[in-house]
Amino acid sequence: MENSIFLTILYAVISVIFITVYGLFLNGVVIKIVARVHGRFGPPVWQPFLDIIKNNAKRTMISHGIMYFLGPVFRITGGIGTYLFIPAIYGSVMFSNLSFSGDLLLVVYFIFFGQLGMALGAGESGHPYSAIGVSRGLSQMTAFEFPFALSIVSLVIQYQTLSISAIVAAQQGGILNWTMITNPLATLAGVIALLGMNMHSPFDIVIAPQEIPIGPPTEYHSAFLGMLQTNRAIFNAAKLILFMNIFFGGATNIFLLILKTFLIYMISVVIGVSFPRFRTEQSIRFFLKYPLLIGILSVVISIFRQGV
Amino acid sequence: MLEIINRTKEKFRLTDLKKQRSDLVFFAVPRKEAVKIITYLRDLENFTHLVLITAVDYPELNRFQLTYLLHNYNNAVSIGIKIMIPRNKAEMDSIHHLWAQAATYQRELREMFGINFPGSPGIEENFALEGWDDIPPMRRDFDTKAYSEKTFFPREGRISYDPREYMKVKLYPEDKEE
Amino acid sequence: MENNNKPVNLGLSAADRELFCEALPVVRKPLQNFIEKFLNWARANSLWILGFGTGCGAIELRPLMTSRYDMYRYGIAPRPTPRQSSVFIIGGYASVKTLKRIVRSYEQMQNPKFVIALGSCTINGGMYWDSYNTINRIDAYIPVDIYIAGCMPRPEAIIAGFGKLKELILAGKGEGANKYADNFEWYKANQRKIIKDWNMPDYNW
Repeated sequence: MENSIFLTILYAVISVIFITVYGLFLNGVVIKIVARVHGRFGPPVWQPFLDIIKNNAKRTMISHGIMYFLGPVFRITGGIGTYLFIPAIYGSVMFSNLSFSGDLLLVVYFIFFGQLGMALGAGESGHPYSAIGVSRGLSQMTAFEFPFALSIVSLVIQYQTLSISAIVAAQQGGILNWTMITNPLATLAGVIALLGMNMHSPFDIVIAPQEIPIGPPTEYHSAFLGMLQTNRAIFNAAKLILFMNIFFGGATNIFLLILKTFLIYMISVVIGVSFPRFRTEQSIRFFLKYPLLIGILSVVISIFRQGV
Repeated sequence: MLEIINRTKEKFRLTDLKKQRSDLVFFAVPRKEAVKIITYLRDLENFTHLVLITAVDYPELNRFQLTYLLHNYNNAVSIGIKIMIPRNKAEMDSIHHLWAQAATYQRELREMFGINFPGSPGIEENFALEGWDDIPPMRRDFDTKAYSEKTFFPREGRISYDPREYMKVKLYPEDKEE
Repeated sequence: MENNNKPVNLGLSAADRELFCEALPVVRKPLQNFIEKFLNWARANSLWILGFGTGCGAIELRPLMTSRYDMYRYGIAPRPTPRQSSVFIIGGYASVKTLKRIVRSYEQMQNPKFVIALGSCTINGGMYWDSYNTINRIDAYIPVDIYIAGCMPRPEAIIAGFGKLKELILAGKGEGANKYADNFEWYKANQRKIIKDWNMPDYNW
């Protein structure tokens, strides 16, 4: 038993390092793809690594207070926490992370934990753009949480379980068993919510480079920013793995994981390079209209199919 | 255009009337009547657009010349009103009650020429020069080159040519030999 | 560079004074080993710029982001806040009024920071050299790493300037922030000479 706890920690560390590297490369590849769409060359795919090294190598740092300091810490806790409660690869001991049977609710909670911490931290920095960014982010989050939560509820009714591992297990054995086929409405609602979470255009109202230059992290610099960037990579990949697990049949090996998460991310990226940004109220209205209806419909259908 | 000028002439004393173009006329008025004429032109002759207020410094006459340029959109004509004010008591009545944006021009004139407009909103505030402590820089007795050399740090190695002589040599080298 | 308990931030109102830090900048010595070389390599390939668009330089800076010049392929990216950027670009002539903003923005950037000054105006005043309000050389007020000559320099020239800056950083010579901290009093004296209403903090963290 003593051995196994240390082994679990070791595996978790390996898993986190893997997800960081993968997430950063994913960002780099996406920057490259966006550049190609613009007709540019774009930076090398390892550019995110350079940025993080450079930010962490800044020699001076200033703090605006305790919450300011804790903001990035909460954020990265949220990112790593989200990831560690998702079994990344089905059937693999090393990448099953710390998941246990009740983990879906925990993950859904963790997704929003980091953002709340960041909101408090950015609020203390006292920059007006931070405050505007935070209020935009939280209102958009509230909006896309509806379809996301409804699609999760629909899944839970369909599979009668809260465990991600069990949901993945139920989807094994061919593409016809995937939630994407068995419960398309829940998948649709979930993927639309993912668009909001990923903060690509048209839902990048939090960062909104032309309006509120960079939003919440305006005052964050040096290692704080390095931490936020690392978290962005981890958190992004963790969300993709969660969606792969609950909607797209999970992965049984590392190559399948990379392929599937990359394709799921491409949904966001392709929509991101194709559409201009919504305004805040447009974005909120969007989520509270059809995605919400689709989510409700998927729950109702699940209930009828289960005969509850 | 002519009718407008004639109508205005009947009511006010206009001097130095000069027809610049068919749609642009300049005239000079005494300082006391200036605001009255501008109000009259705006309210009764439809000169609703204040194009600009500017000033010219005449140190040899010991005067500033203020120019108000007004535009009439109905007939597409402009009128320039010139007012001479003494240089040692540079003061003019504000017209910010006619056009709110005039206050900005007046702030600028006060800073650049030292012409005061009592009662204009924000007239005491800095416009472009923050913390200026010399004579106003657009007055002609202000030596901007000397000020620049005294205040800033000129870098060595700047060579100045007389453009006329320099281009003559450059463009027509054969003329030089004559 | 000790503070010597001199009263500072006298230009501010008493209510504002406590909002600002009173500490002066300190010299942060670079490490003298291979780690610093590695870090310099990362710094040189991830130049985040803060464009200070005074004068005409800003208009030549914009095309750098477009597909035609594409500065991002060299790791040069625009950044909206001085806190996060590492290269400060002064885009042309600076008046006394803009110098105040330049100094404040420069001081808010984090060490190591680099400055690129565009155009003749920043070098010796350019065509505005005898103006009452255009400062003649920017390096008397903040340390400048690279000057890009021209009126205005074309985007190609600016990219070449970035290449020079990259070489400078790789050689470990991009220590403008330490130079500023070292000669802080000289720089402040120069700034105070022309900024006559000093209504800003003495040093902006």
